[in-house]
Amino acid sequence: MKVSSVPFKGTKDQEAKLLEVIAKYKGQKGALMPIMQEAQNIYGYLPYQVQKIISDETGIPIEKIYGVATFYAQFSMSPKGKYIVSVCLGTACYVKGAGKVLEEVEAKLGIGDGECTPDGKFSLEVCRCVGACGLAPVMIVAGDVYGKMTPDRVGGILAKYE
Amino acid sequence: MKTLQEIKDIRAAKCGQVDIRFNPDTAEEAVKTYVLVCGGTGCQSNHSVEVMDELNKLIDAAGKKDEIQIIQTGCQGLCAKGPIMVVHPGNIFYQEVKPDMVERIFNEHILGGTPVDEYLMVEELPNGEKIHYVDSPFYKDQLRMALRNCGKIDPEDIDEYIARDGYMALAKALLEMTPDDVIKEVVDSGLRGRGGGGFPTGKKWMFASANRGKVQKFVACNADEGDPGAFMDRSILEGDPHSILEAMAIAGYAIGATQGYIYVRAEYPIAVDRLKIALDQARDYGVLGKNIFGSGFDFDVDLRLGAGAFVCGEETALMTSIEGNRGEPRPRPPFPAVKGLFAQPTVLNNVETYANIPQIILNGASWFNQYGTETSKGTKVFALGGKVNNTGLVEVPMGATLRQVVEEIGGGVPNGKKFKAAQTGGPSGGCIPAKSYDVPIDYESLKAIGSMMGSGGMIVLDEDNCMVDIAKFYLGFTVSESCGKCTPCRIGTKRMLEILEKISAGRGEIEDLDKLDELAHYIQANALCGLGQTAPNPILSTIEHFRDEYEAHIIDKRCPAGVCKALLNYVIDPEKCKGCTKCARNCPVGAISGAVKQPHVIDSAKCIKCGACMENCAFGAISRK
Repeated sequence: MKVSSVPFKGTKDQEAKLLEVIAKYKGQKGALMPIMQEAQNIYGYLPYQVQKIISDETGIPIEKIYGVATFYAQFSMSPKGKYIVSVCLGTACYVKGAGKVLEEVEAKLGIGDGECTPDGKFSLEVCRCVGACGLAPVMIVAGDVYGKMTPDRVGGILAKYE
Repeated sequence: MKTLQEIKDIRAAKCGQVDIRFNPDTAEEAVKTYVLVCGGTGCQSNHSVEVMDELNKLIDAAGKKDEIQIIQTGCQGLCAKGPIMVVHPGNIFYQEVKPDMVERIFNEHILGGTPVDEYLMVEELPNGEKIHYVDSPFYKDQLRMALRNCGKIDPEDIDEYIARDGYMALAKALLEMTPDDVIKEVVDSGLRGRGGGGFPTGKKWMFASANRGKVQKFVACNADEGDPGAFMDRSILEGDPHSILEAMAIAGYAIGATQGYIYVRAEYPIAVDRLKIALDQARDYGVLGKNIFGSGFDFDVDLRLGAGAFVCGEETALMTSIEGNRGEPRPRPPFPAVKGLFAQPTVLNNVETYANIPQIILNGASWFNQYGTETSKGTKVFALGGKVNNTGLVEVPMGATLRQVVEEIGGGVPNGKKFKAAQTGGPSGGCIPAKSYDVPIDYESLKAIGSMMGSGGMIVLDEDNCMVDIAKFYLGFTVSESCGKCTPCRIGTKRMLEILEKISAGRGEIEDLDKLDELAHYIQANALCGLGQTAPNPILSTIEHFRDEYEAHIIDKRCPAGVCKALLNYVIDPEKCKGCTKCARNCPVGAISGAVKQPHVIDSAKCIKCGACMENCAFGAISRK
């Protein structure tokens, strides 16, 4: 897992929201993951500082929280770009040429899976099956789904998000 | 809170509007026009919401709100032709509906009564004849039991589910049957786990039923559909979420549990939203909560979102994850039915398994087990994908052949290519070659030919797919998803992947096949959980059925399907080359040389095998060998 060197810029407002979330789950069994998921929604990622707040408030050891954060692909310890680009490499997409679409996105953005462009605009993720197999190969930019993708469409689509 | 009588009244009042969508020929004269717009993930990705907005505007403008009702449904099945719109009465299907097509459909069909032929959903038969979708094998040859309501009702309206006998099975179980009666019915039905393992569901419930009322127990639903290329469970959750809640409550009554958990992938936002809506409505009507139907039985369900770990589809890992830990599996026994969630007895079933339960309770075991084969009862839903014309969801009786599913329902392989194999069971399964096209699809038959039923992903491969590459793809998946707890999986799968990479890079040796075989059997025997134990299947089955292809890579240093880059060579046919220089201009590494109007040549030492020259050649002079 990539740990970010970007300084933590959490606000008081975000912290208040997080404390509210933790209070909501107080006393519930197995609440750690839902808390972490909501924390990531609040901050956009899960840096050490956020994990520490969760640990202090819930009494769950920080090393356990870190262990959970690093286990699941969904949790990120580095900030994400303004636009998240996901290329599906599920089987249905793969056999229809998603690999070539990914190569083109990597070439156009100059970054690989899990990385963020230096200007903070795009981050790239490879995902495994979003369940839109009828549209394979599929690429998602900032929540907009583009189906039946071909490498030559990549440039034009990314340009929309400049 | 609603009483049973009030729910029956809702059913009676709502029935007429819903029935017409199921029995278009026999339904009584419709008082309204119903327009069903698919709101499944596939169709929403194709902008079905805009289609609905457009239609709403037109209805408003025409002041026809009382006469025309739009219903957003779950997945209709044929995702390849989305967005899909269906108009009742008439059961007329439209395909690939774009917002700018809506006005014509509205004016000519919905107001004017004449369907717009151009936009109709059609299926082309092998002889070129085009027929309306409802007359096609894709529509007619399916037997929809688990998917019975998907695409036909509004999943965000509990009343529509009630109109389809919703929560009547729960009422029957609670008021007319003992918990043991319920278990017996499920045992007798022969229903087996649809998540892949195929364990008899009723037996699982029986094991978990000991000590009813004395210990805390749980009912869990595995909706962590991680197999890439499979979306059956997602469609059921999106299209008919109440059926899962009802089934879980029935399971809770049978084993004596009061709390359920649904563990659903966070990657399925629409399914999560619809489940939340369904939960609120079910609690509001009192079909979940305290003292359901006055029977004294309490049951509620909570959602837990997965966070992107394939291994969490394994039952013990899933429960560890619900508990808030890293989702690592643990050894079995003890089985979850004895010691599961929070160390309490737990029944864990997959979404599709639950979707069958209400119908089994309502119609009886003998109704259910009339379908299917001797050992595999009922139906199975497959997510048909890859190189097949009709990508989408299909449900067929167990025992249907692969040929029926791919050729008849699936409409065959596109572009005149030849069927090579079908992959079932995802990273845990194997490839079924063309010679086994007529094997009946059931748990035992698939296992016998080195694949497995799996959760229902079915990816069709044609002659352009390389089997070594497919095996490598699945191994790459397993390696990145291995949780790392046990050595055979963590290290063994990595070693197998390295050998495959060596073979596809042209550095393979013939002994590698034996090494793969040895490693595979070691991992099968020693890995801790299902993910590791089944990880070698894609390799073993491709070696068994396509050994010649592996040998071509190893001995001849050739990839017959033309996929493995390191083994490809691009060559220009001097006869066909006109010397237009387009290829040389498009080559990113300057590997092509030649004078204008003279045949060009590719320097294979410089060539990176990107294929740009071949795509750009206007004369078909470049080929891949």
